[in-house]
Amino acid sequence: MTYTSPMPVTDGHFYAGSSLELIDLTMAYGDIDVLREVSLTVAPGTTTCIIGPSGSGKSTLLRGVNRLHEPKSGDVRLAGESVLTQKPDAVRKRIGLVFQHFNLFPDHTAEQNVALALRNVKGLSKAESMRVARERLDEVGLAERADHRPRDLSGGQQQRVAIARALAMEPEVMLFDEATSALDPELVKGVLNLMAGLAQRGMTMLVVTHEMGFARKVADQVVFMDEGRVVESGKPGDLFDRPQSPRLQRFLSEVL
Amino acid sequence: MDWLDNIITTFFDFDAMLQVLPQLFAVGLVNTLVISIWATVIGIVLGMVIAIMGISPSRWLRIPARIYTDIFRGLPAILTILLIGQGFARFSQQVFGPSPYPLGILALSLIASAYMGEIFRAGIQSVDRGQLEACRALGMSYGKAMRLVVVPQGVRRVLPALVNQFIAIVKDSSLVYFLGLLVSERELFRVGQDAAVLTGNLSPLVAAGLFYLAITVPLTHLVNYFDNRFRTGRRKATPPKSGLDEVEEQNPTPMLTYGENS
Repeated sequence: MTYTSPMPVTDGHFYAGSSLELIDLTMAYGDIDVLREVSLTVAPGTTTCIIGPSGSGKSTLLRGVNRLHEPKSGDVRLAGESVLTQKPDAVRKRIGLVFQHFNLFPDHTAEQNVALALRNVKGLSKAESMRVARERLDEVGLAERADHRPRDLSGGQQQRVAIARALAMEPEVMLFDEATSALDPELVKGVLNLMAGLAQRGMTMLVVTHEMGFARKVADQVVFMDEGRVVESGKPGDLFDRPQSPRLQRFLSEVL
Repeated sequence: MDWLDNIITTFFDFDAMLQVLPQLFAVGLVNTLVISIWATVIGIVLGMVIAIMGISPSRWLRIPARIYTDIFRGLPAILTILLIGQGFARFSQQVFGPSPYPLGILALSLIASAYMGEIFRAGIQSVDRGQLEACRALGMSYGKAMRLVVVPQGVRRVLPALVNQFIAIVKDSSLVYFLGLLVSERELFRVGQDAAVLTGNLSPLVAAGLFYLAITVPLTHLVNYFDNRFRTGRRKATPPKSGLDEVEEQNPTPMLTYGENS
């Protein structure tokens, strides 16, 4: 059985991913620190997967990177520049975020979902935004469903629309927050293949995932987090085959 | 069957009804609709402002919205109408002339906006937080995200409640007669009431009542119909479709090997 990607690599679309650095990033909800002095570096065009049990601060970390939740201290650097000294909207334009529950706009068609921010954030004309939206939908294999509303699409298709929506903004970094956790099992692979394709074509990606197979095959670096800290990180082979910390050993024994 | 005749002549005197019918149509119905529609339109605009203020991150917008809502929702309609209608009569006279309509409509709008503000707020807040997050993550400002994505979804959900509010306004519009109306300014209630007093028979008032029901009952049922449709969703049942078909569908050239083939 062959698993295929909806994206033919021959279409020549390559991405220019930027570097992403987290330096002693600490984030809090109220008085409680949920992320404590996390540092990690994602080199341009590479993929870092973050794994860890629930409550380890993985999703919070992603929300700190594009400042959907303001960091308490530390720094996030996109292409070497701190995002904390820039306008949040300007930073977010350069960073794509894909959510666990897709968060598509239910009263917009797939095409309109992709085109909305092109029009209202990037300032493209209506025709131009539609054209780009079609192109991006084509790229994720959904050109024929451009006129469908989210409720008429499967979870896998919805998530691919969400990825197209993020890609349309031409981000330098893509963040994935458990992008396949809400999908029916048979549709997971299609979305993961799409993500793998992005990685292969030069996108810088920070991926929170429970798909250990994906992390092992696609990631350049895997980070294991627990209780708001990075416990262990390294190449996927090292991490999965020779876990050092008892916490990671325990975690892997539970999920694999 | 004396009592039955009594009831019929008191409430259902056909001739008395027929006599007042032209006035109910030409004067009463028109004026009731004019007052109600104006009050609804202004109430919607004010209500939306109050709702947006009410969910604002800034307390300096939230607190005034809260107070406004508490006051105009908490007072009897007749009291608000009299206070506004008489209190600002001199001012209104200079701007709009002698008609009590502008102030009557304003008072009804203020009352309606307090309710509508709450309706809008509930609708907007019922929209999943992920919608706003998705917009913000794309670089959209808070204002644009609300205007383009969140508010339209919220409003759609509360359309039935808004129609109910229009029905309430139609009924409350009868209270404007307290401000004193010229013959040509009378709305449904006042037309019926005048005729009833004149003839010593309640049938014209019953006829006016039938006009109110003719407006409100179909609307109520229309709302229920749409409400049901929204609730059950507009999807028709489709035959079961295997998720595997979709997997088949996305099989162009084999390429990526995240999967089993390593």
